[in-house]
Amino acid sequence: MSRPSPADLPLPISERMSDTPGFGIYIHWPFCRAKCPYCDFNSHVREGIDQARWRAALRRELAHYASETTQPDAEPRTVTSVFFGGGTPSLMEPETTAALIEDVKTHWPTDASLEITLEANPTSVEADRFAAYAAAGVNRVSLGVQALDDAALAFLGRQHDTAEALAAVDLARRHFPRVSFDLIYARPGQTPEAWSAELRRALAEGCDHLSLYQLTIEENTVFHARARRGELPLADPEVAAGLFEATQETLAAAGLPAYEISNHARPGEESRHNLTYWRAGDYLGIGPGAHGRLTLDGTKYASRQHRAPEIWLQTVEQAGHATRARTAVGPSERLEELLLMGLRLTQGIPRAAFFRECAAAPEELLDMGRVRALAAEGFLELDEAGLRATAEGRQRLDSLLGYLL
Amino acid sequence: MTELSRLRNFAIIAHIDHGKSTLADRMIQVCGGLSEREMRDQVLDSMELERERGITIKAQTVRLNYTAQDGHDYVLNMIDTPGHVDFSYEVSRSLKACEGSILLVDASQGVEAQTLANVYLALDHDHEMIPVLNKVDLPAAEPERIKEQIEEVIGLDASEALEISAKTGQGVTDVLEAIVRRLPAPKGEAQAPLQALVVDSWYDTYLGVVVLVRVMHGALKAGQKLRFMGTRAVHDATEVGIFSPSKKKVEALGPGEIGYVISGIKTIQDAKVGDTVTDERRQCARPLSGFQPSVPVVFCGLFPSDAADYEELRDSLGKLALNDASFQFEPEVSPALGFGFRCGFLGLLHLEIVQERLEREFDLDLITTAPSVVYKLTLTDGEQLELHNPVDMPEVTRIKTIEEPWIRATILVPDEHLGAVLKLCEERRGEQVDLTYAGSRAMVVYRLPLNEVVFDFYDRLKSVTRGYASFDYHLEGYREGDLVKLSILVNGDPVDALALVVHRSQAEARGRALCTKLKDLIPKQMFKIAIQAAIGGKVIARETVSALRKDVTAKCYGGDITRKRKLLEKQKAGKKRMRQFGNVEIPQSAFLAALKMGED
Ligand SMILES: Nc1nc2c(ncn2[C@@H]2O[C@H](COP(=O)(O)OP(=O)(O)OP(=O)(O)O)[C@@H](O)[C@H]2O)c(=O)[nH]1
Ligand SMILES: C[S@@+](CC[C@H](N)C(=O)[O-])C[C@H]1O[C@@H](n2cnc3c(N)ncnc32)[C@H](O)[C@@H]1O
Ligand code: SF4
Ligand SMILES: [Mg+2]
Repeated sequence: MSRPSPADLPLPISERMSDTPGFGIYIHWPFCRAKCPYCDFNSHVREGIDQARWRAALRRELAHYASETTQPDAEPRTVTSVFFGGGTPSLMEPETTAALIEDVKTHWPTDASLEITLEANPTSVEADRFAAYAAAGVNRVSLGVQALDDAALAFLGRQHDTAEALAAVDLARRHFPRVSFDLIYARPGQTPEAWSAELRRALAEGCDHLSLYQLTIEENTVFHARARRGELPLADPEVAAGLFEATQETLAAAGLPAYEISNHARPGEESRHNLTYWRAGDYLGIGPGAHGRLTLDGTKYASRQHRAPEIWLQTVEQAGHATRARTAVGPSERLEELLLMGLRLTQGIPRAAFFRECAAAPEELLDMGRVRALAAEGFLELDEAGLRATAEGRQRLDSLLGYLL
Repeated sequence: MTELSRLRNFAIIAHIDHGKSTLADRMIQVCGGLSEREMRDQVLDSMELERERGITIKAQTVRLNYTAQDGHDYVLNMIDTPGHVDFSYEVSRSLKACEGSILLVDASQGVEAQTLANVYLALDHDHEMIPVLNKVDLPAAEPERIKEQIEEVIGLDASEALEISAKTGQGVTDVLEAIVRRLPAPKGEAQAPLQALVVDSWYDTYLGVVVLVRVMHGALKAGQKLRFMGTRAVHDATEVGIFSPSKKKVEALGPGEIGYVISGIKTIQDAKVGDTVTDERRQCARPLSGFQPSVPVVFCGLFPSDAADYEELRDSLGKLALNDASFQFEPEVSPALGFGFRCGFLGLLHLEIVQERLEREFDLDLITTAPSVVYKLTLTDGEQLELHNPVDMPEVTRIKTIEEPWIRATILVPDEHLGAVLKLCEERRGEQVDLTYAGSRAMVVYRLPLNEVVFDFYDRLKSVTRGYASFDYHLEGYREGDLVKLSILVNGDPVDALALVVHRSQAEARGRALCTKLKDLIPKQMFKIAIQAAIGGKVIARETVSALRKDVTAKCYGGDITRKRKLLEKQKAGKKRMRQFGNVEIPQSAFLAALKMGED
């Protein structure tokens, strides 16, 4: 099997990284083989999942949302991305993936460069299904490799070792035009030397996209409980800062600069779906616990589906959807969301986005005294193109936003 | 009404933590005042703060019914008092309502500074005292040695001192018997016109002002028209009763009895502690001597973190003052902190407690400025003024003299720590008055400027003596001193809340220490922060808080923006506890903590 190159893709790169937020569809598969000790995603371990029932329910909820966005008076939309996330969507039968992709194409017009991503865990079992997913229409995979160090993988409670993960990456590259993988760093005791060696090895895989996350201790996880008891030696903040800076430099030098805080890509290889989130675009959230943002008649609605898998399933079977909450996003919240998400991007927030989301120029919306103070310090830039955080600013984004908002 | 010979009124007095409230528990139990189910440890410490800190803040009165070994039924009015020096005012007014005291002494710790201070108070009130050694269940208890100490240090006959454990209940009946046998019954004329002392008063949301009285002569009954002789106010008594410890109505309170009266009074200012209550229709000849009002000795500014909460703060302060006559407040305006109040307290613990109650019970976020004492200034033009707030200090050229309050402090300390205590007192400009020994313990008396004590003296004393010293003081008078105003600047802006008046000889050291402390207390932020200390225009110390290096959430959870918003909301909530100085946010906690610094 020959490997397709980006050049084979239907549309030129510039189009994919264009400023338009696009319209994405997120589909959540809430099951995993084991629960990782750091993970607080809506993921659950279950025996004997009734794949057919789940397939039917996901399709039904998708159809429900489709009917909302395709009302005669609704503005016409073109789907630009589909994302199968989890949990572990590579435990979803390829048939389900295929059916859902087909449904998307029946419900909506789709962009010529429609990006269809599947999150996959890099175990041999799942790798065996790559061909089938590719045949179903998946054209991008994101693999949860997490570490290239067996001891670290064991610490992270993963079901695979380094060799198995790299084999999965290799196989994925033969099946899918676009492959990305995730690594978690700033792990307890990880030295800058060890991380840079791991990064070099990751880059050697030749992928055009990498997601590099610093380990975060989330509430309601095993790691959180251990940290609270003082049993988890956390990375020193100064060391973590050093690792972050080194990561930015190494990846930029390798031709995969950060386009978002933790995401790196060769220009044009950015994840279109995630860009929709960061650009405050509309997306549907299908499946347990999925979140959505949908603008209808000028009002943006935030939606969330029932989190518990079984309740979600029953509710969809009875009511056609399991929307738990749906609230209008108010004007000040829209500004907050725009900044919260948009400043994560290297590119920042184009002026047009301020007008689209808040119907005003950034100068009218923001505390300009604070903007200037941040600009003077070299953290923020506001110009003709728009508002963006500098590398220094992005590195301190939480505080920056706290100060600005 | 109880026959006088069957009545005993007593207060339990002791140093902090020697077990007063625990002994009160046992006596209530022995006398059947509360059921098993209602009982809990230190049941009289009913305020949330008292329970949390394990200390008594407010004195509590309980009537006990006790059948003595002589076969008679007695009514005992017991007052549990606080041990901390800030609340010694509560002790003295309690003593006024009683004829005798139980002097409780921890059998391993022995006589401490508040033991002494309270003994002197009891003697002032002509109290009969029963020395009781508590905590004899502890292996470290040395009752014999402590008895010697009581005789030597206090000069009280300890041969008949009781040995008890308030915890296990051992010896508690002996205490009750001793109260009946050794304490005098109250005196008073039942037929005389009503004369009763206002011992305490507090505001109850349901009942209005509740007044605790000790009847001296005559009888107090519901329906009576009462005259408060000091305030000249007249009110109808609607309900009369006692605490057992739960509230119980009674027909009347007779001579010697302690109980409450409710009479439609709206504010405690109308029921002043120390006032005399009499019958409007049949008035007593003279009011009782009453007592000196408590005077606040420590002042600080309280400002709402959020200017919008000003009105709420005012109302809340008013409500607190309803129950705390020793707490004072008046409006204040600060250029940096906006509208707030200058408040007076009995001491640092009192300040801390008021602040905590405001934050907790009234849900207010506050900025507390540096505590200060009251200075007396004479200006070059002859004008005299009292300075409650360092910020208001006039130009140096306009000041002729500044006088500051001095205290007389008594410190009891084991021999091996004496050196450290002397050194500390000397550093704080102290003047030794007396130094005596009782066994292996030294008793030092020093004159000290109060401003040297309000900051961190307790903490320092505790740390240099590993907690073995005890400390008591009272105000002595004013003296001239070479005092200057020390300002703290953050990024060039003076921080009002941290302005201090200090002695010139200490200004530099304190300025340096404050800068270092603040450097640790102010979290790193987006911007570099320069902290400076200055006297007049002259900078005497500086520190820099470097800018934050990294602070960003690595993972942005798919489409779940709500989650990111929560983080932002949390930050915003945190910011409410911060004060903005230019681009710098100073956490509220930094203000008080900065002032509690040690030299270590
Ligand atoms: N072992 C032992 N501990 C005791 C005894 N009496 C009191 N305690 C303990 O000593 C501590 C202080 O007791 P309290 O009764 O609160 O003391 P207090 O004198 O009322 O304290 P303040 O009101 O703050 O002055 C508590 O932890 C009690 O449990 C005793 O007889 N034996
Ligand atoms: C939806 S999750 C996992 C996808 C897939 N189930 C897997 O584990 O490979 C997406 C990514 O978030 C990252 N992640 C999850 N929890 C994290 C945490 N606590 N700290 C840092 N990164 C985390 C991991 O790199 C993970 O691959
Ligand atoms: S990290 Fe991935 S595999 Fe592990 S529990 Fe979370 S979603 Fe499941
Ligand atoms: Mg007590």
